[in-house]
Amino acid sequence: MRLRLRTERRQDVTPRHTILVIAGSLAAGFVVVGVVFVASGANPFYALARIFAGSFGSVYGLKETVTKAIPLILIGSGLALAFRARFWNIGAEGQLLLGAMFGGWVGLTLGPRMPGYVVVPLMFAAGFVGGAVWGMIPALFKIRLGVNEVISTLMLNYIAAEFLKTLIVGPWKGKTQQGFPYTDDLPESATFWLFPASRIHVATLTIAVVAAVLLFLIIYRTKFGYELRVIGENREAARYAGIDFLRCTVVMMAISGGMAGLAGVGEVGGIHHHLTYPQAISSGYGFTAIIVAWLAKVNPLATVLSGFFFAGLLVGGDAIQISLGLPAATVNVFNGILLAFLIMGDYFLRNRVRISVGRGPWKHR
Amino acid sequence: MEASIVVSVLTRALVAGTPLLLGTLGEVLAERSGVLNLGVEGMMAMGAVTGFIVTYTTGSPWAGLAAAILGGALLAAVHAFVSVTLKANQVVSGLALTMLGLGVSSLAGKPYIGRPLASKMSSLAIPGLSRIPALGEILFSQDVFFYLAILLGVLLWFLLSRTRWGIEIRSVGENPAAAETQGINVSKVRYLCTVIGGALAGLAGAHLSLAYSKSWTEGITGGRGWIVIALTIFALWRPLRAFAGAFLFGGIFVLQYLLQPLGISPSVLSMMPYAATLLVLVLAGLRGDRRKLSAPATLGDPYIRGER
Repeated sequence: MRLRLRTERRQDVTPRHTILVIAGSLAAGFVVVGVVFVASGANPFYALARIFAGSFGSVYGLKETVTKAIPLILIGSGLALAFRARFWNIGAEGQLLLGAMFGGWVGLTLGPRMPGYVVVPLMFAAGFVGGAVWGMIPALFKIRLGVNEVISTLMLNYIAAEFLKTLIVGPWKGKTQQGFPYTDDLPESATFWLFPASRIHVATLTIAVVAAVLLFLIIYRTKFGYELRVIGENREAARYAGIDFLRCTVVMMAISGGMAGLAGVGEVGGIHHHLTYPQAISSGYGFTAIIVAWLAKVNPLATVLSGFFFAGLLVGGDAIQISLGLPAATVNVFNGILLAFLIMGDYFLRNRVRISVGRGPWKHR
Repeated sequence: MEASIVVSVLTRALVAGTPLLLGTLGEVLAERSGVLNLGVEGMMAMGAVTGFIVTYTTGSPWAGLAAAILGGALLAAVHAFVSVTLKANQVVSGLALTMLGLGVSSLAGKPYIGRPLASKMSSLAIPGLSRIPALGEILFSQDVFFYLAILLGVLLWFLLSRTRWGIEIRSVGENPAAAETQGINVSKVRYLCTVIGGALAGLAGAHLSLAYSKSWTEGITGGRGWIVIALTIFALWRPLRAFAGAFLFGGIFVLQYLLQPLGISPSVLSMMPYAATLLVLVLAGLRGDRRKLSAPATLGDPYIRGER
């Protein structure tokens, strides 16, 4: 008797099967996360319980989770669009910062002179443009010069972060911040309305959900979305069909980068109220959103759910950092493990794996 | 400029270029076999932290060096499993690897932040040669990692272009189906190349924590892993060209400190290596045809038997 493992390619993938595989991947991932807890001297069951209690188990936790879901949904749905076309935009972090700078500048300069209902939309518009510009650069480089977009988007992250640092210690440094490297605080009219007793900036949340729906419709209901999917699924076919790679990729990356830019505006106008260190404005949303998009099977609508879920992990991660004394990087470990298991799960999505007990060709008795 | 300054700048450029060279050699090997591993930043961080912890606890930098090689190789094995056996998306797997490596290394390294290393990897003056004026100081009084990197680079060049193994590795990267009909085990070659590539990235990380900064800090790799991937393209996947790229970028890292007294904002200076990386890729793009010809044909694609 021997165990036999047989794999064959699946022809049809049902939604039910997809959900089962994703749930299985996450479960397996959490087992490994548990092992990491044991290795760092914490009780894994207690730690996992604290994570979920900290994020979904209380009103305060839920409000924080929604707050952190805002940038994740915005960026995640934009990345879903890019990943559809197999354009690996790893630069959302930098695109977010550009949005923060553009939006913050509009808020600082126009805020004192204009009412909120004029300033706030202008901030979002400027932020979108900022992120879009930063997203279009790697798109142009890739189509015109064949520059690998993973590297170019990443390098633009570093460049954006250093650029922001230059601004906040130099020309944009606030006169009212007692020497801290911040810009001045945004005037009243340029700060966003918060849901009472929370940090949920409702305007950005609304934009995030509406944009996720719009992007879903763009991908599945428009010619542009169809072209992106063809580019992603079969480059050769796209070439034969005469799809304009340059136009498609540049427009797609303008949207993808613009979404991250909106997230940057939200963080500045809703949370910080001034420009500050890059790592304070973003805390890695651009990278976490990659997993958000992947968990959502690169479907913008599903990023609303997966963004909420990962926001919970971030909030819960903060909670256990304090109660268990684990370093901030613990969340990175979660993210890495969960992403690894999600892509391993893809194998079981594409293949049927059967384990059978039977007599093998070699009879060991 | 005084001669002594030139000597010191060149010496430091070679030191700063060493981890870039080690990492690039590893990535060249992996990519030549067709496996795109974007997890270099994570594997470097792993090597840096395991190297530091083992050196700190055992007192032997050689043990640390071995541990760093193992650390990088182990992480690369995860990528090999996911991308070769499970045939998953190599870009996303590499990103997961980076997150994992950076996360695990800061988790493990947390207690060691700011601790000085008692036993360092000291530099090694080669008898006789190190006496040569100027050149002796620049080339022959470096740390062990530098000599290792040079040796490994020449070795890799020889392996890839002058041996049967090299032909096998290249054919697996160019045309795995044809390689298989020749009796080559495609999976085995890709596993080996990815894991050895990871070992080299681990070694590069050890250089950062044991020889370059001689301490462990979070974010010690500072994007070098990504620069390595760009250098692999810049080097057109050739070990000997990797030398030029790595030491050129080593020079840019040194230039940052050199320009500091001129009153340029430190943020603008720390932008330089990243801007230069982008520039190098754009330049590589301008000679697009050569790059297309040099890139391994199946880079990043999983090999599925019976499919083209």
